[in-house]
Amino acid sequence: MSVPARVVTLLVAFALVALGAVYVVAHFVVGNLPTVDYSHAASGGVVNVVLQEDPQNDSSSRPDWVSYFVMKPGANPSLQSSWVHTTLFSVPANTRVNMTIRAYDGCTPPRNNFWTQVQGTMGGVMAFQQFKDTNKPMGPVHVTPTLNGWSHCAVGHTFAIPSLHLFVPVGSPDASASLCGSSPCVSGPFTLQKFSFMTPPHGGEFRWQCFVPCGGGYVDGNGGPMQTLGYMTGQMTVVGS
Amino acid sequence: MSHSASAGSAPDARHGLRIFLIWLPLAIVADLLIWFVWYPHLPPGRMSDQAQGQQFDIAVIAVLAAPVLLFVWVYFAYALIVWRRRPGDDEDGPPIHGNTRVQATWITATAVIVLGLFVFGTVQLIVPAGAGAGEGPSPTWVPNTNNTLQVQVIGQQWAFTYRFPQFGGMETTQLFLPMGEQVQFNVTSLDVIHSFWAYQLGVKADANPGVNNVAFAKPQQLGSFTVRCNELCGLWHGAMFNYGRVVTPAAFQVWARGLQAREARIGLLRDLPPYALTYDPTVLPQLGKDIVKVAGITGANGYYYPSQLQSGDPGDPVSP
Repeated sequence: MSVPARVVTLLVAFALVALGAVYVVAHFVVGNLPTVDYSHAASGGVVNVVLQEDPQNDSSSRPDWVSYFVMKPGANPSLQSSWVHTTLFSVPANTRVNMTIRAYDGCTPPRNNFWTQVQGTMGGVMAFQQFKDTNKPMGPVHVTPTLNGWSHCAVGHTFAIPSLHLFVPVGSPDASASLCGSSPCVSGPFTLQKFSFMTPPHGGEFRWQCFVPCGGGYVDGNGGPMQTLGYMTGQMTVVGS
Repeated sequence: MSHSASAGSAPDARHGLRIFLIWLPLAIVADLLIWFVWYPHLPPGRMSDQAQGQQFDIAVIAVLAAPVLLFVWVYFAYALIVWRRRPGDDEDGPPIHGNTRVQATWITATAVIVLGLFVFGTVQLIVPAGAGAGEGPSPTWVPNTNNTLQVQVIGQQWAFTYRFPQFGGMETTQLFLPMGEQVQFNVTSLDVIHSFWAYQLGVKADANPGVNNVAFAKPQQLGSFTVRCNELCGLWHGAMFNYGRVVTPAAFQVWARGLQAREARIGLLRDLPPYALTYDPTVLPQLGKDIVKVAGITGANGYYYPSQLQSGDPGDPVSP
């Protein structure tokens, strides 16, 4: 084989390997996980973001993992088609986020009860209310700076954006209730939780996560959904103006 | 050496003298530049006694290493220029059977350098109370004072929190330290292995579950420092960092007492576990080992800390 032919062969082989590596990274690592776009849903400097967390999910590969879902902007939370199985969402910069979390998963004591303190929200508090089912509240709305997950089995997970110093315990439904068994959940007992925070004045990527070790089936609950985008951790993209 | 002589250049001794005379001024200039120009800017800076000690160590090692490195480079360049093969010179080099003087000099010099660095390094670990490194649960080298601020560092996926037992055991994600006061870090973890690395303070200590790893620092400059996890600990390891601040003792008291009062007011201090040097995450103080029997404590599939153990096994404290 001539020298030019060998050089061409080498370059082609290198290009194929490089393209294959790019495809693997793009397809399996960062692909397939949609981002719910709230960046154009703000009005008057406020955007309403709705999440839910379930005791299972609708995937075929890991149906038993706990998982968050993100609702499409302005959609009806009572319809399963309103929910997207992802943990990526985008919001505008310098905007007040009114976060609503519909918590369908049962209680799990936090490993560190420090995370049951509400931090970084506007007013340093959050509001929560337990429901037997949709439109069937069990009691009044509680506005609180803490939600003790040990003395009362009332915390299921947390929603935290550490780099924004935002840490919020997420309440759970009544401990004696039968949990929703089909995700995305639109019926069954849940806790409705609300809080607000400000996005930074600049754009960027902000990871968020749960601080309760809820990775069932993994050592000390740390693996699985705790370590996988699309389940109990994700990213909030802040879109600058 | 014989090879060079046969090439028709200077005698052996002259080569050695030439190399030495080229090397000596370069080494002196390099060491002066390192000591007076580079040293003040070497990492990790001078924010604490420990950081200053590490900066000194690096400067000393650089001053020792530069002449060695320059000698290798000078010898290499000299050989390339003086002993290169010239046109028409097809003669083999002479066989060399060793040179006692060179060998003795080499062994002596390298032994002195290595043993000297061993002694220097050992002393430098002792003098500044462990040099900012984790010393384990029973530190050998402690500061010569009883007036020490206790700070517990708790690693967990993926954040550090800090407890202050002298302030009611309050816990926070922010780390403020008073300038000029001795600090004892008690580093532990609630899950996997992390590593507490307060870079500008010169403190680095592994955070192991069930272990109290002690490190010391004495901040001596106001300003911010970076806290970073230095042990690969999972998906968000790269994002496990934040910033601490060294403030005046008065400002620290205001901050710490204010935080303690807030946490008492909202009930968090009551809800936190009693302060301890380590925590067993499978035994929650308010629930005890009966966590297994508390109705409704379920994760996704009914297990909090699932294991490969069979339900009911004494080593499986959490099966419902």
